[in-house]
Amino acid sequence: MTALPLAPPRRAFFFRQHSVLPGFSLALGYSVLYLALIVLIPLAAVFLKSTELGWAGFWHATTQPRVLASFKLSFGASLIAAAINVVFGLIFAWVLVRYRFPGRRIMDALIDLPFALPTAVAGIALATLYANNGWIGSILAPLGIEVAYTPVGVLVALIFIGLPFVVRTVQPVLEDLEAEVEEAAACLGANRWQTFRKVIVPYLTPALLTGFAMAFARAVGEYGSVIFIAGNMPMVSEIMPLMIITKLEQYDYAGATAIAVVMLVVAFVLLLLVNLLQAWTQRAHQRN
Amino acid sequence: MSITVSQINKRFGSFAALDDVSLEFPSGELVALLGPSGCGKTTLLRIIAGLEQADSGDVSLDGVDAAGMHVRERAVGFVFQHYALFRHMSVFDNVAFGLRVKNRDQRPSETEIRRKVTDLLTLVQLDWLADRYPSQLSGGQRQRIALARALAVEPKVLLLDEPFGALDAKVRKELRRWLRQLHDELHITSIFVTHDQEEALEVADRVVLMDHGRIEQIGTPDEVYDHPASPFVYGFLGSVNLFHGRVDGQSLRVGEHAIDLPSHDLANDAAAVGYVRPHELQLLPDDGKTQGGLPARVLRITSSGALASVELSRGEGEGEHLEVTVFRDTLRQLGVKEGDRVRLKPQRVQVFSAESAAPLLAA
Repeated sequence: MTALPLAPPRRAFFFRQHSVLPGFSLALGYSVLYLALIVLIPLAAVFLKSTELGWAGFWHATTQPRVLASFKLSFGASLIAAAINVVFGLIFAWVLVRYRFPGRRIMDALIDLPFALPTAVAGIALATLYANNGWIGSILAPLGIEVAYTPVGVLVALIFIGLPFVVRTVQPVLEDLEAEVEEAAACLGANRWQTFRKVIVPYLTPALLTGFAMAFARAVGEYGSVIFIAGNMPMVSEIMPLMIITKLEQYDYAGATAIAVVMLVVAFVLLLLVNLLQAWTQRAHQRN
Repeated sequence: MSITVSQINKRFGSFAALDDVSLEFPSGELVALLGPSGCGKTTLLRIIAGLEQADSGDVSLDGVDAAGMHVRERAVGFVFQHYALFRHMSVFDNVAFGLRVKNRDQRPSETEIRRKVTDLLTLVQLDWLADRYPSQLSGGQRQRIALARALAVEPKVLLLDEPFGALDAKVRKELRRWLRQLHDELHITSIFVTHDQEEALEVADRVVLMDHGRIEQIGTPDEVYDHPASPFVYGFLGSVNLFHGRVDGQSLRVGEHAIDLPSHDLANDAAAVGYVRPHELQLLPDDGKTQGGLPARVLRITSSGALASVELSRGEGEGEHLEVTVFRDTLRQLGVKEGDRVRLKPQRVQVFSAESAAPLLAA
C-alpha cells in the first residue's frame, strides 16, 4: 500500500489557517476596523480634499518656492536630527545599560521627558536658552554661532524631541546582548573598536534603524517645539507643518491638504525604505 | 604553556570567591576545576583568562607574569557556557573572526583564512554548516563552533567554562568524549570548569576540587575518587553512606556493632564518621549464620540496567537510610526482596573525625 492520497488538501482561505489560539478573526477584524477609523479614514479624507484643487491647482499649491523651501528644511532637518539622535541615543543607551552609577535611574527617567512635556513648553524653553541673550545663546553668539531663529534652531528642537525614540528602542536590545559576546571578541584578539564595529553595531543595527525611523517620523510632524525657536522666516526657517497652519489660517483648506499629501507620501516612502533596510539587516541573524 | 597561579584572593563584596588559591597547571594537561556552584571555580578561570582582576596574587603564563597583560595578549582560547557566538555572523565568519581582527602585518590572506577555517570546521566535524547562522544550530553544534572559533587563533591555553552545562545529557556525554579525543590530538593545555563530578572524572587528566574559594584536593581522577582527602570531597564525588560512631582501636563502634577500620590517626573514643560508597557495602542475607556486619532492613529496590540500587534502613522503622549498589544478578542469587532483613559488611571504609564532617552534614 504505497499509494498515498495524492490530492493535496485544498488550500484553505489564507486567513483561515488553523490555530490553537482562538479569536484570530475577531482580533484581526477589530484591528482593521480600528486602523480604518483612527488612521486610514482621516488620511483618505486628506487625499480626497486635496483633489478639489485639480492637477494644476495641486501642482501650483505645492511648488511655490516658499513651500518647496519648507519641504527641504523639514525633511533635511528631520533626517539630520534623526541621524544625530542615532549616534547620541546609542551612547545614552550604552551608558544606561552597561554601567552602574549613582543617578542612573534618574537619568533613565529623564530620557522620557521630551515625550511628556507639552511641546510648546519645550519650544519656549529652547528658544529662551538659545536666543542671543539666553544662557547658551549668549555664549555661542560671540563665536558667530546663531541657533535661535535659524534652521540650526529647528535642528536643535528636532533633536530634543527625537532622542527618546532611539534610546528606548536600542536599550532593550543592548540589554539582551550578553557581555560574554564582547568578552569572546576580546579573547579572540579584537580591540575595543573592532568589537564595537564588528560585533556590537551589526547586532544593534535593526534597532538603530527602528529608532531612526521613529525619530524621523516624529520630527517631520513636529510643530509645537519648533515654531518658537525657528523664527519662521519665509524661505529660511519655515517648516511644513507651519506652512499648513498658515494655509488654514487663510481658509485655504485644499491648499493645506495638498501640502499634507506631499508630506505624507514622502514620509511614507522614506519610512518604507528604512523598514526594508531594517528587514534586510535583520534577516542575517534572525533566520530560523 | 604552563600556568601558575599563586596566592590569589578575590572578593565580591563580603563574599570571598577565592581565598589564597595557589595552583600549577603543567603544560599539555587537561585539568578539571570541580566544585559546587559558588565555589570560585569560574572566577579562577576568568582571572587566568584576564577577564577578571584578582584582588591580590599572581598569575604567570609560561613563567611570565601576566599582571600587565590584556586579555588580547594572553593567547587564551575561552569557551563560554552559553557559547557567546556572534549571532549576526555565519558559522564561517564566527570562526574566521579571530583571524580577521589581527593586525594587518600578522593577518593571513583571505585564501589562507578560508583554508584554516575549513580545516577547523572539519576538525569539529561541522564543515557542512559553514554557511549557517548560530540560531540554526543545535546546542551541541554551537558549542563545537565556539571551540573551533577559540582554536582559530592558535591559543596556548584553552579555558572552558562549564562547556557542556547547557546541553542535554546525551549530547553532553558525546561531547565530553569528543573533547577528550580532541585534547589527545592537540595536546593544548586545557582547563575546564564543571560541577559535574562524572564529567570531571571521565575527561580530565587531573581534577582540582574546590569548595568555598579554597582547594580541597588535587589529583588524578582515580586518586581523588579512591582517596578523598576530606569529607567534602567524599560527599561531592558520588553518593556515600555515613556511619556515626566512636573510635575503638582499629574499629568504629556504631551502637552495639563494630566496623573494621584501616589505619587512621584518630584518638581512641573520639567521635567519628565512617564513609562507605554504595558499591563498597556487601549485602548478605540475615539468616542467623552470617557473622558481623550491621543489621538493616530493605526498604526499596530500584533497578536500572545492569545495576540495582537497594535502599535500606538501619534499626527499626525510620532509622538512618543507606544505599547499596549491586549487580542485579548478585541480588537475584542472594534472593533478597523488599522488607527482608540483611547484614551489611563494609568492604572499604574511610574515617574522618566528627568535627571535620560536621559542616557537610549540616548542609
